[in-house]
Order: sequence, then structure tokens, then C-alpha cells
Amino acid sequence: MEAPGVGRAPGPRPAGPDAEALLTAVALGDQEAFGQLYDLVSGPVLGLVTRVLRDPGQSEEVAQEVLVEVWRSAARFRPDKGSAMTWVLTMAHRRAVDRVRASQARTERESKAALLERTPAYDEVSEQVEARLEGQRVRRCLGALTERQRESVTLAYYRGLTYREVAQLLALPLGTVKTRLRDGLIRLRDCLGVTA
Amino acid sequence: MNDADLHTATGAYVLNALPEEERIRFEHHLRDCAACRQEVAELSATAARLGQAVAAVPPPELKDRVLHHIATVRQEPPPVSGDRFSGRVRRRSLPRLALAACLAAAVAFGGVAVWQHQEAREARSAAQQQAAELAAVLAAPDARVTTGKLSDGGSGTVVVSRAQNRAAFVASGLADPPGDKVYQLWFNDGGRMRAAGTFHPARGATATLLDGDLGKASGMGVTVEPAGGSRQPTTRPVALMDFPART
Ligand SMILES: [Zn+2]
Repeated sequence: MEAPGVGRAPGPRPAGPDAEALLTAVALGDQEAFGQLYDLVSGPVLGLVTRVLRDPGQSEEVAQEVLVEVWRSAARFRPDKGSAMTWVLTMAHRRAVDRVRASQARTERESKAALLERTPAYDEVSEQVEARLEGQRVRRCLGALTERQRESVTLAYYRGLTYREVAQLLALPLGTVKTRLRDGLIRLRDCLGVTA
Repeated sequence: MNDADLHTATGAYVLNALPEEERIRFEHHLRDCAACRQEVAELSATAARLGQAVAAVPPPELKDRVLHHIATVRQEPPPVSGDRFSGRVRRRSLPRLALAACLAAAVAFGGVAVWQHQEAREARSAAQQQAAELAAVLAAPDARVTTGKLSDGGSGTVVVSRAQNRAAFVASGLADPPGDKVYQLWFNDGGRMRAAGTFHPARGATATLLDGDLGKASGMGVTVEPAGGSRQPTTRPVALMDFPART
């Protein structure tokens, strides 16, 4: 079984304390540990936020907010509830989604055609070696989903749509979309060997 | 949403795809449903993989900006204990380091309050005044601290200074009260609740000085009340905490 996170992936990152240990040190005010943690999480944070917001300037601003929030609220991290990367990216995704929903009504922002055309958005290539490897794994597993599951999951995660918006966009019943999101993620979990 | 619907909302929940109202309802459900909690943990980790898969290379100046910024941002206080049992409150006095961090956090909360009331001068000076009083309670040499989980998943910290005859309550991760309701604080005078002001949780954490003197209070409580507060609690407390023992 493959461990969650990029921690085990081959890559240029020098060996050092894991993200959980760093985050625990950060919670006690260790700025040097924060610098190391930054190196581990800033790429995924910026990439994810950019994927959702699609505006480079705004994305950097939100990524910065998220990273500062990691520093500020590090004491809330509970290692028994999940990995540090999951904790940070959950926060990053929530921020990005809040921002995209607050910016303006989605109907004004984008047409239905534009939303569908840009989906699936997962096959763009990252410059980072680790991210590229991770991208390949995730892409392979996304390929194991049904097209409908993949569509729903990527619209929700990478575009920040609520399940109600996904249902409206795809002209599907609400319950169907909810089930697809769950089934899609479960299949993805099993394919990636995620154990939480 | 009925119960069956709730169990299937795990996917939408971890994707942040539930509308606000449904998210709150689902989070209530999570407290009572171990199966959903487990699934949410696993699917959150799965969703995070979707995030890692699109990592970008941040510009070097972003790191400079972030490191520069955090040097001026006070952190939330570290948890007092590993207590994870809902409704149970553990008690102890904080080690010196944690108390210092707690004090630092109080100043930062004051900063947040000040910032939020930027538009209103009056509110700003009130916030500054409260921040100062709050800092005084936290800085008191006899300050004692109790932390516990709140019934809705957040955590609460009570700081008591008997020398100053005041108490403060720091809420973290508290959900917004429903509708136009507010949270109300109470002194517990041996079973009789004495009103001690209301507050609305900021996103993140909120520190509030309890109105009035400590007096004979042996503890404090928090309830959800209509805007403006009530004379007596009208709902079940989200928190009921004993003050730390005298030492
Ligand atoms: Zn459930």
C-alpha cells in the first residue's frame, strides 16, 4: 500500500523532519521549523489555490493568507486526525472556495459552457518533479473513476462548485451528485491506497 | 436531509461542496456518527492528494513575504491537554511557556477585534479597551487556566484572576450561532447563572472578558441566546466549565 502524501516520493527534497513534527514545532513558535514546513507545503498550497481561483495575483494573495494561517493556528493541528499536508490543504481549499464564492455570482462569472469546457482540469503538467509524479498517480486513479464521477469530483474540487451547482450544471438530481462525489472519492481513496 | 442523506454527504463535505446550512447540519451529525468521522478522515486525505497533484512552484519572494509576515503574527495558544472527550473538562494550571503564548494570543485577538471594527471608531476604542483589560487578566501573576471541549466541537479556555476579580473566555473553533442569535456568557454562582455579556465568534478564535466581577462564582457557562442576550439561560449550555481551583 502506498503511503498518503508526497513524503515517500523520490525527489530533490533533502531528508529532514516530517511535516507533522515540523507543524508541532511551529505550534510552539519555532520560526525555523515554519521555514522548513513552508518548503514542503507552499507548492501544493499555491497550486491548489491557483487551480480554484485561476487568477495568479489573487491566488498568491490567498496562498499567503493560508500560509500565515498555518503559522497562526498550528496549535489546532491534531496528528491523530490526519497528516499535516491534509490539514494544510484542507485549509487552503476552504479559503480558495470561500474566495471564489464571495467574488461574485457564479452565473455572472462563467457560463455553463466555459465551466464544462475547462473540465477535467487535472491533466495539466506541473513543473515540480514530486508534483509531477504525484500528478501521474492521481491522474491514473482519476482514470479509474466513471466519467460521471470524475466530472463531479473535479468540478467540485478544482472549480469550487457546491454539489447543488454541479447538479444544476449537469442537470442531475441532487442525491445523484452527492452519491457520485462520495463514490468517486472512495474509489480514488482505494486506488491511491489512502489510509487517513 | 434525512439521516440516510447525511451519511452520503461525506464526499460533498470534504470537497467543501455543501452549502453553508447543510455543512453545519452535517458537522452536527459528525459528532454522533463515528462511521462518518472515519470516512471524512480518509476522504479528506484523498482530496488532499488531488491538491498535491496540482502543486506549483511558488515565486521565491512569496517565502520572504510569508516569513516576514509571520514574525508579526501572534499564534493561537497551544492546547492545554490532549483531552478529546466531548463535554469533559480537564483542569490544570498552565506551564509558564504556554501562559506566555496565551497572553501573546490575547494581544493578537485584540488586534483582530480592532481590525474588524476599523470602520467604527467607537467600536474600535471599545475593542482596544477590552483587549487591554483582557491582557491584564491574562498577565495577572495569579492567572489560572482551564481548557475544555465545547459541545459543538470547538474548544474553550477560561482564564481566571482572583486578584483582579475577573475572568476571560477564549473560544476557538466555535460555530457561528444560528440566525441572529448570539453566544451569552454566564457566571455560575453555585448553580445560579449570572449574565456576563454576549459575544459573536470571529472566524478563528474569540477572546472575551466576562462582564462583572468574579464574586463567588465557581465556574462559567456559555449558551446560545437571542440577540441582546437573556436574563436567564434559555438553552442548554454549549460549555459549562468550573473555574480552576485556588492554588
Ligand atoms: Zn453518518
